[in-house]
Amino acid sequence: MIKSTENIIEVKDLVKKFGDFVANDHLTFEVKKGEIFGFLGANGAGKTTAIKILSGLSYPTSGEVNVAGYDVYKEREKVKKNIGYMSQKFSLYEDLTVKENIRFYGGIYGLSNKYIKEKTESLLDRLKMRDIQNSLISSLPLGWKQKIAFSVAIFHSPKIVFLDEPTGGVDPITRRDFWEMIYEASHEGITVFVTTHYMDEAEYCGRVSIMDRGSIEGLGTPVELKGQFNAQNMDEVFLKIAR
Amino acid sequence: MRKIKYILQKEFIQVFRDKTMLPMILGVPIIQLVILVHAATLEMKSIDMYVIDKDLSSMSHKLINKFDGSPFYNINGVSFSLDKALETLEKNKTDVIVQIPYGFERDLIRENETEVQLLIDGINGTTASLINAYSSAVISGFNRNIMVDLTQMPSVANLEPINIETTYWYNPELNYKIYMLPGILVILVTMISMFLTAMNIVREKEVGTIEQLNVTPIKKFEFIVGKLLPFMVIALFELAFGLAIGKFFFHIPIVGSLGLLFGFTVVYLMVVLGIGLFISTISSTQQQVMFIAFFFMLVFILMSGIFTATESMPPWAQKVNIINPFYYFMRVIRMILLKGSGFRDISYEFFSLLIYGTIMLSLAVWKYRKVA
Repeated sequence: MIKSTENIIEVKDLVKKFGDFVANDHLTFEVKKGEIFGFLGANGAGKTTAIKILSGLSYPTSGEVNVAGYDVYKEREKVKKNIGYMSQKFSLYEDLTVKENIRFYGGIYGLSNKYIKEKTESLLDRLKMRDIQNSLISSLPLGWKQKIAFSVAIFHSPKIVFLDEPTGGVDPITRRDFWEMIYEASHEGITVFVTTHYMDEAEYCGRVSIMDRGSIEGLGTPVELKGQFNAQNMDEVFLKIAR
Repeated sequence: MRKIKYILQKEFIQVFRDKTMLPMILGVPIIQLVILVHAATLEMKSIDMYVIDKDLSSMSHKLINKFDGSPFYNINGVSFSLDKALETLEKNKTDVIVQIPYGFERDLIRENETEVQLLIDGINGTTASLINAYSSAVISGFNRNIMVDLTQMPSVANLEPINIETTYWYNPELNYKIYMLPGILVILVTMISMFLTAMNIVREKEVGTIEQLNVTPIKKFEFIVGKLLPFMVIALFELAFGLAIGKFFFHIPIVGSLGLLFGFTVVYLMVVLGIGLFISTISSTQQQVMFIAFFFMLVFILMSGIFTATESMPPWAQKVNIINPFYYFMRVIRMILLKGSGFRDISYEFFSLLIYGTIMLSLAVWKYRKVA
């Protein structure tokens, strides 16, 4: 992991309201370049809302948000150029093949034909998916789809990748594989911003923030948090915050 | 620009991989054209006639034979009783009753004048007036011959000093199919392109892939061109395919320039695709798209002038037609195909649609948001 002091995401007093409901209540945090940042919280804590704002899919109500050096109010399209995003909802086209999906997203990000071709080849080798490159996505098991979706999200070598519950519903072995892919991406210098429900995954993160009902209640490395809340593991930390 | 290529590539792969798509693109026009062109006809072919002949003379027989000999009439009952005749009328078995009074022949010879009564089922005003017109024509034909017979005058010309000869331009045989086919073609092209566009984008919303697209740096106009162009191509193909069916099966005339027709269609499709796109931006499910699109389609089709002349609609309805894209295309396709109208003849419709299309597309682009 590349240690850096440079902030790649800066959020200050971020508020997002839907009518009277406050989904994000004055969030303030920074993410360092190259870090794996875990964004934890119970269902409905406001994680997805925050991630959508950070990736330029939704406007904040107020506050300062800077992603990859760009302001999310004024420079959303520039933000989008520099990030990858893997949503909670499944995001590949089921009726396209593995290769067609990769080519499409590569093309949308403006990569050259040659680059797409070369990188697809090396990617298929790395994923050991050469045999299924011409299979429709709909015919693949969920774990494989998630791996491909992640590879597609970082295909254009973004500065940051946002992963919204990427391992939901995936078996433990595939989850481990998935985290290996996350580490690999991090080694390549991509900052990883990941939300999850699984507390064992929180231990894999460099730093973790834990949200409850719209605000951040805990922020630090897993070791720091366990010390701060006097807990054995992240599970306990989480339960103490959420109650 | 290169990004558009990738969207087009993806859209075409998806369209042709969808198993219901090809049958829809090829099957629907054949079925619609063949069935509807035959079904949607205003021609009266078999008018059911009930005869009450109280005279039973040679003259009255002659008149009845006139009707019987016509291909349009089918005599389905004869009696002396008006009640019986009315009963068949109420059962919808008879369209018209002809009543010949006692003394028909006698009056005709002695007083040169007599009466015949026609009772027509008037529920459908259009058919009723057609039956009236046909029957009057048969009777006046009979009248003419009788005069000649009675007065023993050889020349008909003396009785009819002005001989009217009618020629119908552009559709000399008054073939209703030639009139209907272009109209149905308009509906076909519009349905396919509007529904496919609206459904396509909403499906991406439903599945969730639109979110992944929205998070890419793709520009709105690239996205929209990439989304609309495939359906424009499919719609143009649909028009060509439908014209071919019309030419080979119905022998519709193609008098005007096909280039002009396709050029006009491109402008027309800007409006239709713009509406489709707009519907998709305000809907979040395919069900909503269906309801909204059906509502507009139904109103627009019925007001378009496919069955009825728009000129005879009330003034407010004619004003509403300004925003009815069908109305323009319905006129123009008939003008170009049947009359051979040139660009100057259709320039009003052309520029109206051009403005309309620009407005619709801008509205859709403006309304389309790259947010989740």
